[in-house]
Amino acid sequence: MLRRAVQLLGRGMASEPRTYVLAVGSSAVFGVTTVAISQVLGKVTNAVVVPALDGSASARGDIWPAGLAIAAVALVLAAGVAGRRIFAGMGYVDLQAGHRTRIARQLLRQPMSWHRRHATGQLLANASSDVEAATAVFNPLPFALGVVVMFVVAAAALLTTDVWIALAAFVILPVVLLVNVVFERRMTPAATRAQQLRGEIADIAHESFEAALVVKSLGTEDREESRFAERAMRLRDANVRLGVVRAVFDPVMDLLPGLGTLLVLVVGTARVAAGAVNTGDIVAAAYLLTLLAVPVRAFGWVLGDLPRALVGYERIARVLDAGGEPAHGDLRLPADGRGARVELRGVGVRVPVRPSLPLRESDPDHAVLLEDIDLDLAPGRTVALVGPTGAGKTTLVTLLNRLWDPTSGTVLIDGVDVRDVRPADLAAQVALVAQSAFIFEDTVRGNVTLCDDEEPGAPTDAQVWAALRLARVDAVVSALPGGLDSPLGERGSSLSGGQRQRLALARALVRWPRVLVLDDATSAVDPRVEQQILAGLRTAARGDGRDFAPTVVMVAYRMSSVLLADEVVHLDAGRVVDRGTHDELIARDPGYRDLATAYERESERRAVAAEPDSEPQELTTQEADR
Amino acid sequence: MTNADTSADHTIGSSGTLGVWATLRRGVQVSPELLEGFRVTLLLAVLAACGRILVPIAVQQTIDGGVLASGGPDVTRVAVLAVLAALGLLLGGACAAVVNVRLFRASESGLATLRVKAFRHVHDLSILTQDSERRGSLVSRVTSDVDTISLFVQWGGIMLLVSILQIAVATALMAVYSWQLTVLVWLCFVPLLVVLRPLQKRVNVAYTRVRERVGALLGAISEAVVGAETIRAYGAQARTQRRIDTAILATRDAAVRAQNLVSLVFSSGVLVANLVLAVVVVAGTYLGVAGALSAGKLLAFLFLVQLFTGPVQMATEVLNELQNAVAGWRRVLAVIDTPVQVIDAGDAGVVSPRGPATIELRGVGFAYPDGPPVLSGVDLTIPARTSVAVVGATGSGKTTVAKLIVRLLDPTAGQVLLDGVDLRDVRLAELRRRVVMVPQEGFLFDATVLENVVYGLPGADAVGHEPAVRVAVANLGLTGWLDGLPQGLATPVGQRGDRLSAGERQLVALVRAYLAEADLLVLDEATSAVDPVTEVRIARALDSLKHGRSTVTIAHRLSTAEASDLVVVIDAGRVVEVGHHTELVASGGIYAAMHRSWVSQTR
Repeated sequence: MLRRAVQLLGRGMASEPRTYVLAVGSSAVFGVTTVAISQVLGKVTNAVVVPALDGSASARGDIWPAGLAIAAVALVLAAGVAGRRIFAGMGYVDLQAGHRTRIARQLLRQPMSWHRRHATGQLLANASSDVEAATAVFNPLPFALGVVVMFVVAAAALLTTDVWIALAAFVILPVVLLVNVVFERRMTPAATRAQQLRGEIADIAHESFEAALVVKSLGTEDREESRFAERAMRLRDANVRLGVVRAVFDPVMDLLPGLGTLLVLVVGTARVAAGAVNTGDIVAAAYLLTLLAVPVRAFGWVLGDLPRALVGYERIARVLDAGGEPAHGDLRLPADGRGARVELRGVGVRVPVRPSLPLRESDPDHAVLLEDIDLDLAPGRTVALVGPTGAGKTTLVTLLNRLWDPTSGTVLIDGVDVRDVRPADLAAQVALVAQSAFIFEDTVRGNVTLCDDEEPGAPTDAQVWAALRLARVDAVVSALPGGLDSPLGERGSSLSGGQRQRLALARALVRWPRVLVLDDATSAVDPRVEQQILAGLRTAARGDGRDFAPTVVMVAYRMSSVLLADEVVHLDAGRVVDRGTHDELIARDPGYRDLATAYERESERRAVAAEPDSEPQELTTQEADR
Repeated sequence: MTNADTSADHTIGSSGTLGVWATLRRGVQVSPELLEGFRVTLLLAVLAACGRILVPIAVQQTIDGGVLASGGPDVTRVAVLAVLAALGLLLGGACAAVVNVRLFRASESGLATLRVKAFRHVHDLSILTQDSERRGSLVSRVTSDVDTISLFVQWGGIMLLVSILQIAVATALMAVYSWQLTVLVWLCFVPLLVVLRPLQKRVNVAYTRVRERVGALLGAISEAVVGAETIRAYGAQARTQRRIDTAILATRDAAVRAQNLVSLVFSSGVLVANLVLAVVVVAGTYLGVAGALSAGKLLAFLFLVQLFTGPVQMATEVLNELQNAVAGWRRVLAVIDTPVQVIDAGDAGVVSPRGPATIELRGVGFAYPDGPPVLSGVDLTIPARTSVAVVGATGSGKTTVAKLIVRLLDPTAGQVLLDGVDLRDVRLAELRRRVVMVPQEGFLFDATVLENVVYGLPGADAVGHEPAVRVAVANLGLTGWLDGLPQGLATPVGQRGDRLSAGERQLVALVRAYLAEADLLVLDEATSAVDPVTEVRIARALDSLKHGRSTVTIAHRLSTAEASDLVVVIDAGRVVEVGHHTELVASGGIYAAMHRSWVSQTR
């Protein structure tokens, strides 16, 4: 623990050497001048105040120089304090910035499988509260180091004056340190507990408010209130416990220098009686003690923040030490002006049942999401992926651009294993539009291009408009006051669900990818508009070297969309049941027929049921005792 | 419904409406615990402050009566004095400890009450008000805003109280020793106090900027987490990194600027406090020479000035904390003081017994605040034991009908009646038991499937409900789906249910509502992401419910309408057609056209 603590502090300071040399240096100046103030006051008392009041004329002449001497030391002291605080603060925020930069790099570098294993809230806490916890100790650290210097100088000054007074003054020091240690021992767990409860309360409030509509519609306000109140009362108790520790500690810390001063007065008077010292020496020693009251607490602050810092640092380190990005090759995937061939060979995906752990092949606790998928999709074809809820459709399409890697088998684009392709090429040529569109807090243009304006290769405005038009969202954007420059709020909150989906579609279309993957990407879009969009994809490929139709893989429920596909793949329980044209599957695949004709058959069944005396049968068992 | 056009009535009051005193008064009103036993606490605090001036008195007595005593140093006298002073110090310390404990207890109890009241109030607010505010900002009002107050009380509040008393008592003693020096000391500190106020404002502005920058930074980082898929799918890592780097740098710069300002203010406090020492020594010595002051009293002044130094040095920080705490308090109080739009009739309300439910809309109109009418002149009766489908184009107002029926909103004109009683007169708790809505995006809690589906049921024992859940799942024809989940009912759904697909989340929400056994179930596009076979199966299961209950289904997919007893067609905020599917198809109106287009899409 101690070694790790020293390491943490050492490494932190070493990472900002210039700042910390200045911070600790200023703090040392502060330590020395604090002792100097008391010494000067002692000297002035001896040489000026007491003799002057006794009637010494020469002492009276020294009154102004004495005042100036004190003022001079005060100036240096204030400069030391300013330097200490400024550089300590700078070091602290620079350390924070460094941690956050490294965490952000890691968040962007890690594969999706890593992201899926970590809760969003936890990763955000790593970048916010954990960074704060890990760095907070650096705020009082230069202060504490300066106080060490102060102690050494004070001890030397007192010892040269009188050993007995020095002893009397320093007898409280071990007590102060002891009280500090005891206090921190009690304070730290109490503070940790309170902090943890604050986190839990925030989690409950977050979840509960996000669920507000459900809470209302089920009338569970009381239940939510008692869930929250229970935690709030525990936090209250934890805060009071924490408060009681401080309530006792603060007066004790105020008391100790006072008691020390009284002891110095008694011993000092005795030493004056013995003729060893004079009034000024007592004043200097007593005054020094009152000056020490606040600085000795700096140790308490450092000690108090250390355990939190270690925990925070560990949590950050867990993110930073996570293995790098998944292996990828550097084969180029040429943009050769045609749709790409997409192949899946013996593809299977298994996930551990406990999702927080990485998958080990030997782990018996796993669920099969996909198994033995063999597919070969010809360039430029439109393929619909159809299957019941939970069949694995989304999992399958996310393999194509490596948001997920299969646990067995290979995914090939134009015959190249996607794991061997340069990530940039894959991103440029395989575009996936997800079920729920993610919109950045950025302008419309930024959201479509995902490029900075001056970036080479960024799509032109004309290309952006063309993509918006193709996604049938151009009218919405034209109606915005800033057009392409209109800012979209956090998560695109100013747009409706269907508008967000179409904007995400434009983001894919502006790239004119060789493989376009639509994962139920138009579910919130009006069916008629959806038809126009899908039909447009096949005819609008014109100009800019974009005169080819991409290979389209779409997950769809609407038969109208499915009918636009050249080919249908029927997926159920993670396996390909059959593939072929819609008509072929209708003819030979009963499961597909069920899906495709569900509404039709239901209408017919109903028509029959509507005959006079065919009451639908009783269903529920709970109904009986209602 | 977006938050673009909500009027002041539907939004949570922003800060700045209450002054500092009004905030404190209102705060005490909401949390009366704060003032419990305050007089005793104050008395003890005065005693504690008196304890602090014992050391300067001891210094004066030691110097004048001991060291510089006419008969030479009097050690016995100093020793007796020191023991007495020590006892006084201990007593004062004990008082201080008791004061602290009492303040912590009172304030934490008061804040816990405040927190829970505000939390509950958020749930009591209408959905319009809830939606007018970011969820995150609502959360911060019951978390960090209250924590700010708590932290202030634990640190700054006590410091403020102690400092004021300490300065008062120190001034009194100084005045006893020498009024001239007292005036001088005050004259030195007053200018500092005068400049502190504007400086504190600047400090506050600087820290507000830091908080904004931190907020933007966390927002940028959260995009890297929440948008992880999109960023990878489009290779936008480098760009996102640049955006985050910019935010980190901006935060760092703002923090450095704020800290530099505070450092300068703090060290000027240090400078003034120590310059006062020089002033006291010079002026005091002249006064002493003039015979107005003894050496002991002069030296005691040096110690008394120390009692000023701490408070003055901390003043900007304490004032800043105070302002943050008051601002936080104001934000929490603003939640509590936001009027509830959908008011619960409570115990005065009409008792609404369980049983078949009839809903009637009489001349109902609705407009969102400052918005055009969404519904107007809607007359509609939904008889008991009937299944009704409400259809219409996007934006026609059909979802609003659902919200009015379950009383998430009150109509701006006309009445909605349940069994002949205006919904506004029905006890809300009973209404919620009888009428349950399944929204399109049913929120799932970070728990297992089982815990999520039994969420609305009484009793905390989820496992005890398991048999009933299995029956419900079977009735809805979802057993196959459930068995396909990795751990069946024990499958964790993840945050917001993100380990399930959108369709699966809807299934969980549906089972949850089904288990509530309401007399009327309102489904707002509740199966829009579910595959057709499952949807048809669910529709059929719900259909069989009508023997005890009614269902109102807001539907995009017209399969539901085909199956309903009654189809209600809404167009531009008005009911334009009502009747059975076959009748409406035959009549060749709006519904017939909608249905034709639906059939062509699905077959």
